[in-house]
Amino acid sequence: MNFDPRFSGRKFASVGTRPIRPDGIDKVTGRARYGADFNMAGQLVGRILRSPHAHAVIKKIDTSKAEKLAGVKAVITAKDLPDLTDGDAAMYDILDNSMARKKALYDGHAVAAVAAIDARTAREALKLIEVDYEVLPHVTDVDEAAQHHAPLINDQVFTEGLEEKPAKPSNITKRTQFGHGDVHAGFAQADFIVERSFKTEQTHQGYIEPHACVASVNPDGTADLWVCTQGHFVYRQHCAQLLGLEASKLRVTSSEIGGGFGGKTHVWAEPVALALSRKAGRPVKLVMTRDEVFRASGPTSATSIDVKIGAKKDGTITAAEATLRYSCGPYAGSWAEIGAMTAFACYKLENVKTVGYEVLVNRPKTAAYRAPSAPMAAFAVESVVDELAKELGMDAVDFRIKNAAQEGTRSSYGPVYGPIGIGPTLEAVKNHPHMKAPLKANQGRGMACGFWFNFGGQTCTDLNIGMDGTVSLAVGTVDVGGSRASLSLVAAEELGIDYSQVKAVVADTSSLGYNDMTDGSRGTFSSSMATISAARNAIKILRERAAQTWDIPVEDVVWEKGHAIAKGEKYGNLSPLSLKDIAAASGKTGGPIAGHSELVADGAGVSFATHICDVEVDPETGSTRVIRYTVVQDAGKAVHPTYVEGQYQGGAAQGIGWALNEEYIYGKDGRLQNPGFLDYRIPVCSDLPMIDTQILEIPNPNHPYGVRGVGETSIVPPLAAIANAVSNAVGVRMTHIPMSPPRILAALEAEREG
Amino acid sequence: MAGVAVSTTINGDAVEYLCQPDETLLEVLRDRLGLTGAKEGCGTGDCGACSVIVDGRLVCSCLVLGAEAEGREVETIEGMAHGDQLHPLQQKFLEHAALQCGICTPGFLIAAKDLLAKNPSPTEEEIRFGLAGNLCRCTGYDKIVRAVQDAANVMKGA
Amino acid sequence: MVEVTLWGSLSAVAGGKAKHDIEAKDIRELFRKLAEQYPGIEPWIDRGIAVAIDGTIYRDTWSKELPKDAEIFLLPRLAGG
Repeated sequence: MNFDPRFSGRKFASVGTRPIRPDGIDKVTGRARYGADFNMAGQLVGRILRSPHAHAVIKKIDTSKAEKLAGVKAVITAKDLPDLTDGDAAMYDILDNSMARKKALYDGHAVAAVAAIDARTAREALKLIEVDYEVLPHVTDVDEAAQHHAPLINDQVFTEGLEEKPAKPSNITKRTQFGHGDVHAGFAQADFIVERSFKTEQTHQGYIEPHACVASVNPDGTADLWVCTQGHFVYRQHCAQLLGLEASKLRVTSSEIGGGFGGKTHVWAEPVALALSRKAGRPVKLVMTRDEVFRASGPTSATSIDVKIGAKKDGTITAAEATLRYSCGPYAGSWAEIGAMTAFACYKLENVKTVGYEVLVNRPKTAAYRAPSAPMAAFAVESVVDELAKELGMDAVDFRIKNAAQEGTRSSYGPVYGPIGIGPTLEAVKNHPHMKAPLKANQGRGMACGFWFNFGGQTCTDLNIGMDGTVSLAVGTVDVGGSRASLSLVAAEELGIDYSQVKAVVADTSSLGYNDMTDGSRGTFSSSMATISAARNAIKILRERAAQTWDIPVEDVVWEKGHAIAKGEKYGNLSPLSLKDIAAASGKTGGPIAGHSELVADGAGVSFATHICDVEVDPETGSTRVIRYTVVQDAGKAVHPTYVEGQYQGGAAQGIGWALNEEYIYGKDGRLQNPGFLDYRIPVCSDLPMIDTQILEIPNPNHPYGVRGVGETSIVPPLAAIANAVSNAVGVRMTHIPMSPPRILAALEAEREG
Repeated sequence: MAGVAVSTTINGDAVEYLCQPDETLLEVLRDRLGLTGAKEGCGTGDCGACSVIVDGRLVCSCLVLGAEAEGREVETIEGMAHGDQLHPLQQKFLEHAALQCGICTPGFLIAAKDLLAKNPSPTEEEIRFGLAGNLCRCTGYDKIVRAVQDAANVMKGA
Repeated sequence: MVEVTLWGSLSAVAGGKAKHDIEAKDIRELFRKLAEQYPGIEPWIDRGIAVAIDGTIYRDTWSKELPKDAEIFLLPRLAGG
């Protein structure tokens, strides 16, 4: 790879402008096709039977009655999805999560499925399937599950990461540790120490589009899958491995995606749909209900976190320590590990130690949710940071500025930082007019910081120049929030042409090389790098074609503002050739002109944000309203600033919902009590104020335009910012998220009773 | 089960269909008539993604039976633009980037059209409460509210 | 020779030592030599290890050269949303 990804500090013509997105018109006219909007000839309806028990041995499944029902074309159980994972533990977990093999591990775990001629017949058939369960004791709370006497979810789990292998199995799959220095010595130097314990409840990504797919498996081993996913290449690999198909014979097309936020990063019902299609010999459409989405697709972790921070009188933090317990659902994960890495990432610390414990519970398999694991850790840490500032008599922003990480700081998770934006976001907040807005009775202002890594990864992009001089850009990263607009801007920028000449599409798995999924805020970062590389490869050919036309050496041809220009006095009589001119002649100069790029977009820049939030708490009801909200975040370079603002606002809104309303509520029976949008209440329009944004641009040195990821960081600070605002409004320190009215009332009462 | 014969008007065109008595209007629109602009986000009337207008009234089509459309006038997202002329709300949603994933957009546009029909000059608060029956998980609603405000101004001037 | 720092949990399978001096020109050679010396590391490499070189995180570019005097830190390869 000869591509040079280094930041060049160029002036931009297209990047940074705000044109209308190419897929917009289909989306405002109802023409855009999402997961459930696609149909195939002869298609059946798939439906899944789910366990009503939180934990039960599946002793026997009798499908005979269902099979005899008129209109039923296939009934499957785990037997129809044999284990082909060949020792790959993570894939085995995905397989078992798709269809329970021996035990149902949570309320909603799939145990069987049918394909029938219509939805009514399919629903009827599910009722005829008889499952003989042996109900086992269950545990859904993260702290209870970590106790040694808790019901064991998997008796093969012995905690990893301990110095000695434990003698007994437990629900703690792994212990991880990060940090440097000596925290005991650090705390000994502290004049003030604050130590607290926190809990956060489980939330769902809450995408409005339920998981949906249409699967079609042919007798010759070829197959098609139409699906809403954040990564169709990843889905292809998963499904091919789980079904025993050859990857290149399984074509996966990513539909428009109606939200994912991490929840559509691995397969759920797609292998089931393929297995049903294989057995029935017909295409099968499988769409989850909202109830199924909540009960059986990826929520985030519930957590329990202890934080201790010490500081000197002058405000210097001397030591910081955290212990984090994250629920993983019934399968091993690395969620506490990420929490342990991100917890103190905003600060310059001599002595820091974080320990994470991954805990199995009888809840759905935890999936990534936007900067996964970071918001909960930030809630705990930023709450203690605020409290410590108060003890010291320091302003909350000044205290953070004094301790903020900077270029050259050793991060709490290990490496030393390059150029980063935490300091600038704090300075911007300090000077923001929001900080001076007047507050009334029962109102309070809070602020908090957040960090996320951002990823790069494998990326492949094709750029084809049509004979009319327009450009089609085929990318392999799913567009979750406007990236086709950003990537078209990047192609236009690099080629020196107008945005309107470029049309970007997301190509299917048979049309483009492998791409990692759109996760870790990598979509625009990675695919823009690949687009720049592809455009540069196309420019090389454009220059060659111009040189051929002029019959001069290619070294004498440069590319400027969309034109080939012959450089040098002797070529004074050659007028520049536009991209359109060269494209029109391409048939006679060597055929189609295209630029391709296959690369690993490594070097994603870390990202920081600081949020300010004003709330009003009703002391009678405990109800909290957010009345003013500001997001300040480093984007590296905002390619399409409007969609960057959209990411900031959307992340803040999700964080507000998490902070104040959203939670999975389990009954004593281990069943989810609120699997619907009525009782699992996400913020509606009337719950929120306008969300102000300020984009900072501290270039990422590892991207030609300085781009960092922007998608995830904005969900990290809100939980803490709102908790700090509530504390400043009514004088109670909230340690349990969500801060629902009953919890705030209880805290106010406890405060009054002293 | 015997089907129910229904004669109705959808986006100004006379339409006839057979549906089951327990089939929702949303299922009829999507599965029988191929009008997939209305989306099923919940099936319980909580998300508004399936919003349509029936005889001038904003409804969740997942809570209306297909048989109930008999003799009525149904407006869906597919009928919002006039030929190649976008409705001002559609145009303003594009200009303000009031959509990210876009799954909620048809429902929001229908609900906003209904809101502006009843209240051509809504305040920000009236817009927020008027659209509180529609869920969006991507935008935080900021750009949606601004797009509706802008469209209202354009429509008043028209 | 480069000095490589392992995160807490990984050092547990590398003789309990966080810092290791290793003769390696790129990430691929680094992983190979670590696995030769400490076979317990191999499953971790299979699961995914990211390498921070002077603060920049590389997850997949195994051909990335390790400059002398660079700060090299091994991290778990993470999931994102």
